[in-house]
Amino acid sequence: MHEHDVVVVGAGGAGLRAAIAAQEAGADVAMVSKLHPVRSHTGAAEGGINAALRDADSWQDHAYDTMKGSDYLGDAPAVEALCQESPEEVIRLEHWGMPFSREDDGRVSQRPFGGLSFPRTTYAGAETGHQMLHTMYEQVVKRGITVYDEWHVMDLAVTDEDDPAERTCHGVVAYDIQSGEISGFRAENGVILATGGMGQVFDHTTNAVANTGDGVAMAYRAGVPMEDMEFIQFHPTTLPSTGVLISEGVRGEGGILYNSEGERFMFEHGYANNDGELASRDVVSRAELTEVNEGRGIEDEYVHLDMRHLGEERILDRLENILHLAEDFEGADGLTEPMPVKPGQHYAMGGIETNEFGETVIDGLYAAGECACASVHGANRLGGNALPELIVFGKRAGRHAAGEEMGEAEIETGRSGDWQPADYEFGVEVGETSGSGTAAADGGAVATDAESVLGGAVDRAQERVDELLSRKGRNHAEIRSAVQETMTDNVNVFREEGRLEETLADLREAREAYKDVAVSDPSRTFNTDLIHTIETRNILDLAEALTMGALAREEFRGAHWRKEHQERKDEDWLKHTLVSWNDGEPELWYKPVVLEGENKTYEPKSRSY
Amino acid sequence: MSTQIPKQTEESTEAETETEPASKGEERRAEKRRRAAERRQQRPEEEAEKAAADESTVELKVFRYDPQVEGKQEPRFDTFHVPFTKGMTVLDALMYARDTYDSSLTFRHSCRQAVCGSDAMFVNGGQKLACKTQISDLEEPVRVEPLPHAEVTKDLVVDMEHFYEQMEAVEPYFQTDEYPDGDLEEQRQDRENREKIKMSTRCIWCGACMSSCNVAAGDTEYLGPAAINKAYRCAMDGREGEEMKQKRLEIIEQEHGVWRCQTQFSCTEVCPKDIPLTEHIQELKREAVKNNLKFW
Repeated sequence: MHEHDVVVVGAGGAGLRAAIAAQEAGADVAMVSKLHPVRSHTGAAEGGINAALRDADSWQDHAYDTMKGSDYLGDAPAVEALCQESPEEVIRLEHWGMPFSREDDGRVSQRPFGGLSFPRTTYAGAETGHQMLHTMYEQVVKRGITVYDEWHVMDLAVTDEDDPAERTCHGVVAYDIQSGEISGFRAENGVILATGGMGQVFDHTTNAVANTGDGVAMAYRAGVPMEDMEFIQFHPTTLPSTGVLISEGVRGEGGILYNSEGERFMFEHGYANNDGELASRDVVSRAELTEVNEGRGIEDEYVHLDMRHLGEERILDRLENILHLAEDFEGADGLTEPMPVKPGQHYAMGGIETNEFGETVIDGLYAAGECACASVHGANRLGGNALPELIVFGKRAGRHAAGEEMGEAEIETGRSGDWQPADYEFGVEVGETSGSGTAAADGGAVATDAESVLGGAVDRAQERVDELLSRKGRNHAEIRSAVQETMTDNVNVFREEGRLEETLADLREAREAYKDVAVSDPSRTFNTDLIHTIETRNILDLAEALTMGALAREEFRGAHWRKEHQERKDEDWLKHTLVSWNDGEPELWYKPVVLEGENKTYEPKSRSY
Repeated sequence: MSTQIPKQTEESTEAETETEPASKGEERRAEKRRRAAERRQQRPEEEAEKAAADESTVELKVFRYDPQVEGKQEPRFDTFHVPFTKGMTVLDALMYARDTYDSSLTFRHSCRQAVCGSDAMFVNGGQKLACKTQISDLEEPVRVEPLPHAEVTKDLVVDMEHFYEQMEAVEPYFQTDEYPDGDLEEQRQDRENREKIKMSTRCIWCGACMSSCNVAAGDTEYLGPAAINKAYRCAMDGREGEEMKQKRLEIIEQEHGVWRCQTQFSCTEVCPKDIPLTEHIQELKREAVKNNLKFW
């Protein structure tokens, strides 16, 4: 068994920042990640980091833009924390040596991004995430923080009180991919989940193959509610054949979208008469698919993104990476021809319910970054707001977990305050299938003292692995692709009731199939078959909760569009959707959004660009 | 529409009737789904036989080894026939082979877009990132092996520990003591200086360069191209200051540092991010000479 004060799960942007912060606050920190830190998907972020750095800008304006972008489903205390602390965090990255793009006077450059009232997106070419990830990993090396890389965290060690709010997290159980050894990691002060996105729930995604939402699923099964899972961002500019991301920076620098008729449809068809291509991402994604559905798509699938008029010099200076991506993954030369693009799954606004310090309802369990939902992004995330979230909330969670006094949280977690039950009937059974056995299920622990809670969790993980390796059954890959296909077909940009219901039925079938899953590679050495099989269970749980939220939310807000409900319904729906696992019987409930900020209340206004 | 989990009966695909397709795009997607469902229904062996007979498949010969599994302890090559699709990369083909024929086929991969650096391999005799290597650019059969000059863990996975150790040996982190006054003041850096270090900052730690380097193969203590490039990235960054640069030059001038490089350019040739590694090493040599003359 390994023992540390703070255990950080995941080593991308949020995890690295959390580990550095916890160590600075005096804690003995370990990072546990299924990938080596530099392999994390933060490295694929392209566009930039929003920060109100300049005199003509203000954090208040950034907060206003973010709240509007969220379609008034962000919680003000989290939104304001993001906007207030992003500038100092960006400067800290600069002080750590991050190679930002520069102005003539040597200061950090900023460019316009969608939904922003000021050009406040700092960047390093079109490879901002890569530079940020490597800069922070450098600091982790410098500080000698312990990293257990290629250790896959299988489960959390959490006590089993009936009320999740009374449970405590004492550590994690991880599987050493290299050796096949299972080990407990005791966390004296806290566990911070920083496991990133869940894009593998869909099959056309900008996310990495590793983005299977492991942390969200583990927290969910341990009793932490998942919040606002139905809000998935579909990025308007991904390459059609692979889902590789083409940065919003292209449109920020002046790139233009055209349909098959050569029309600049964002203006000519009135989708966003003021901001055009730089409207919020949900608006642009819907516009593109509407063009395709109305017959003005190219090859009935995509639209064109043209940046040729920016000129070679500017493109090479600020967007060079885009040229390589378009060439390598779509065979398009961005200097001489428009690039084909279509919407693709990009980001999960929802995730593990936390307050503005990253605390979950379970004592000693934190979450930060894309896997968490504080909520900063509400119903739609603005471009350039994910990277600052990693560093601001990674830092906050790290400090809090290390025991720093940070005051009282404004955002409540769990069923406290004005929560209300949902009265939605799903028509299809959801949750744990009966008789699924130890191989498929992650039960709760049975003890309360740290040693036996962790020991019990280790034993269950070992049993699960042994059974998966020893029995005969079906390959997880077919189940995973069935889930991805139904999600991409039905829980996409456009959603309608009947198809959402069918999806729940499809997912039910997939759950039944998963009961017979087995790993055919018997090896204890680098058994990726085993890891992927475990991940597929996580994908299943997330897909179901996401679809439940999409069905229940009968309105159109931000990224969530419903055919039968074409307007935002503030009277009924200024509230977060929460799904609790409830020991295998998922339960939907709601809690109000917090629109009261430090000095002002954000009054919902109509959202036009 | 309902995407079926494969059933053993024929009619499950037949029963997969669509709601009225809204557009040609939708029809095409439905067709794609139908084909996918069909594919899943066939048993792997049948699939393999059919694929082997088909001309529009690509033949892969993949290195296999597992220290623990009987039959794999002696390294061997397995042949896979994968249906070719336009734009298919070596990584796509490997994933297809794994998900369709043999789930124990093991390789690292994550981002699929040449930024995580997980999937450097030896493809038809050259170090390549599998995700950005087009099958159509390769001669068949496509031979896929783990990176040479590294210990093989299993199949295409090699032990990266030595590579990481060399990276860490050059103090691979930005260091300076001179920060501007004020919490919100950035250090200034002119565009030329940023441009100077730009290529060096693109390294994704894939290890292709180290694997290609004859010198590194013979001298396991040699820092290697990637680590020296990291030192270059720091030493040339004007924000670190002169004093730090002196220290950096001392690090790379050590016995197993820059002077070991024999300028064979193999690292530069294989770098998937087009970093001029050999030039960077040469420039550090020149800097070191200038520096030594200064104190002479």
